[in-house]
Amino acid sequence: MEKGIAVTGMGIISSIGKNLEENYISLISGKNGLSFSEILETKHTHLPVGEIKISNLELLDSLKLNSSKPITRASLLGIVAVKEAILNADLHETQLGTCGFISGTSVGGIDATEKYYKNFQDGDYTEFIKAQHPGFTSKQIANYFEIKGQVSTISTACSSAANSIMLGARLIRSGKLKRVIVGGTDCLTKFTLNGFNSLMILSEKPNKAFDEDRNGLNLGEGAAYLVLEADDVLGAKQVLGRVSGYGNANDAFHQTASSPEGEGAYMAMNKALRTAKLNPRDIDFIHAHGTATRNNDLSESVAMNRVFKDSLPDFSSTKGFTGHTLAAAGGLQAVLNLLMLKNQQIYPTLNFQNKMEESGLIPITDLKHKRLSHILSNSFGFGGNCTSLIFSSNEK
Amino acid sequence: MNKQYYISNFTSIKKGAVYNAKNKIFESELELNEIDLFLKEAYNFLALSYPKFFKMDRLSKLGILASEVLLKNESLESDTAIILSNSTSSLNTDKTHQESINQIVSPSIFVYTLPNIVLGEISIKYQLQSENAFFISDTFDAELIADYTNDLLAFEKAKNAVCGWIDLKNAEYDVFLCLISEEGDVPFTQKNLEQLYYFENE
Amino acid sequence: MSDLRTELKESIIEQLNLEELSVEDIENDEHLFGDGVGLDSIDALELIVLLEKDYGIKLTDPQQGKDIFVSINRMAEFIEAHRTK
Repeated sequence: MEKGIAVTGMGIISSIGKNLEENYISLISGKNGLSFSEILETKHTHLPVGEIKISNLELLDSLKLNSSKPITRASLLGIVAVKEAILNADLHETQLGTCGFISGTSVGGIDATEKYYKNFQDGDYTEFIKAQHPGFTSKQIANYFEIKGQVSTISTACSSAANSIMLGARLIRSGKLKRVIVGGTDCLTKFTLNGFNSLMILSEKPNKAFDEDRNGLNLGEGAAYLVLEADDVLGAKQVLGRVSGYGNANDAFHQTASSPEGEGAYMAMNKALRTAKLNPRDIDFIHAHGTATRNNDLSESVAMNRVFKDSLPDFSSTKGFTGHTLAAAGGLQAVLNLLMLKNQQIYPTLNFQNKMEESGLIPITDLKHKRLSHILSNSFGFGGNCTSLIFSSNEK
Repeated sequence: MNKQYYISNFTSIKKGAVYNAKNKIFESELELNEIDLFLKEAYNFLALSYPKFFKMDRLSKLGILASEVLLKNESLESDTAIILSNSTSSLNTDKTHQESINQIVSPSIFVYTLPNIVLGEISIKYQLQSENAFFISDTFDAELIADYTNDLLAFEKAKNAVCGWIDLKNAEYDVFLCLISEEGDVPFTQKNLEQLYYFENE
Repeated sequence: MSDLRTELKESIIEQLNLEELSVEDIENDEHLFGDGVGLDSIDALELIVLLEKDYGIKLTDPQQGKDIFVSINRMAEFIEAHRTK
C-alpha cells in the first residue's frame, strides 16, 4: 500500500463539542448536538439543526479579537479549529511562515452579508461587502495565524473540505510544500436553511441515515482541520494517521441529485483505493456521507455494494451527531476518522431503526470496538462532485 | 515519466464577444450590460440546441457556452478533468436567492448558489466523469491552475483537462477556458497560460 | 371563465424557463416529465411553489407531485378541486 501523508495535528468545533476532547466524549456517549435554532435568527425554528451554542461575541471574546473588526462566523469557527490543530501538531511560528492553508467553505461570509446586505446601500457595514467572497473567510483565518505559505479556497459544496485534504496531500507528495493545514468551515445561515427547505430535503426530526423511513437531513455548522507534514520534517513528532488514498469524480447526472447507480461515488471510491494501492477487502470501515436524504443514502448504498460486492465492511454515518455541516463535513469526518483509528472504535449511526428495503444494508448502531487500519471516508457535493479519502494507521 | 502536455485550444468570452483561440467568432451589438440577451444570442449563434440551458443561471450559461466552443469538435473521453476558478463564487445567483428569502424561495435558483454547479452542468452535457475542482482567488491564479492540472495529468488521474477562469461581477463576465491534452503547439506551462489569459484581456 | 389549462401552460413556460416551447407545443394530456416537455425533479419542486403562489395549495410531501404533475389535465383537475385563490 501507499504510505500516505502524515497527519500530525487536528482541531474541531461542532455542535457536539468545541474541541477534540468534548467531541470525543459526545461520540462515545451517543450524545447528539441537534437542537432548534437559537443563535441563528430564523423563522424556521421547528427544524432541528446542529447549532454550536456559542455566539459570535463569545467566540470573539475567547479568541481575544476586537468585535469592531469585520470577521464572520465561519472564520471564527475556523480559527478555533485551526488553533487546536496547530497546538496539537506543535507547530511553531516560524513553521507557520511557510505553511500552506487550504480551506473549503460554501457559505463562509454569508452569515454577515445576509444580515447587513440591506445596510450596504446606505453605506453601513460596508466592510462586510468583501465577506461575500468565500476567499475572504480563508484569508481571515490565515491572517490570524500569520500563515504565509500558499492559501487557497475550495468551493465544491459538501466535498470542499475533503477536496482540500486531497489537495494538501498532493502538495506535500509533489514536494511543493512541507506542511499544510487543510479542512473546512461552514456556519448556519438563513440562506442555506431556506434554500434546502425549498428543495424539500430537510427533516423535521433528527435525521435517520440509511433508514427505510428517512426523510431528509438536518443542517449543521462546524469547522475541522488537519495538519499534514512531509516525512522529512517529522522528526520525533506524533503521527496521528496518514492520508493514504484519495479520489474525486463527477457523477454527471444532475445538479443536486445523485445518479441511481451512484456512478460518481463508485468512481471516487475506486480511485481512492487505487491511489492507496489497497483492495476493497483491506478497508475496515466506511465513514459514509449518509445525509439521510432519500436520494443520497440509496445512491451511496448502491455504490458501496458495487465497489465492495460481498466484502462490504462496517459502515456508519455520523451526521446524526453533528448534522450535515456542508463544506466542513469532509473535515469533520476526517477528524472523527483519526479519533477512530487512535481509539480503535467505530462511532454509530444514530436513530436507525429499519434497514432500507432496496439494499438491506445495516449500519453500525452502537459504539463498536474494532481493529482498524484503513478507513474510507465519503463526501459527496451538489454539482455531482464526489470525493473519497482513505485514512490509515501510521505503520511503524 | 513526464509526458509533455499542451494547450490544445482555448476560448474566451468577454465584453460582448466570443473567441475561439485568438479568433473572434462572435460579437454582439448589444449594450455591454445586456448580459441575459447576450447569453441568448451566443447560444443561438453556436446553434446549441440544449433546452436545459435556459434553466441555468448566468455563470453556468457562460460555462456551457465556453465549453461548446472548446469541446464541440473534440471527441472527448469521459476521463477529462475540469478545473475552474473565479473570484466571485456564485455571488450573482446568491443575491437573487437572498432577495427571495422572505417571500417564496425558488428551488431552481437555490440550486445554482454554488460555483461548482458549473462543473456539474459541463460534466452532464459532455458526460465527463473525471476529477473536478473549483478554486476561489482574487485574480486568475495561473500558477495554482497549472500546478494542479499538471499534477493531475502527471499522475494519470485524467487523460485530458479543461481548466481556466469563469468570473461574473454583476453583468461583467470574464471567461477563459483551455483544453489541455497531449497534442498541440503551445506547451502547458504557467507562463503560457498567463500569456494567453492576458493577451485576451487587452 | 379563463382557461385554466392555457394559464397553466403559460405559467409553466415562464416559471420553468422553457424558452423554446410555446403554449401550442404542450398537449393537455402529454406527460410533462417525458421526452417532450422534459421536466426534471427541480422543476417538480418549482411546480410545488407555483401551486402555493398562484393557487394557494400547499403540498408538504414532494412525493404527491408525482401524481399531480403528470399532465396539464391532471394539474388542472387537482387545482380546481383544491384551490383557495
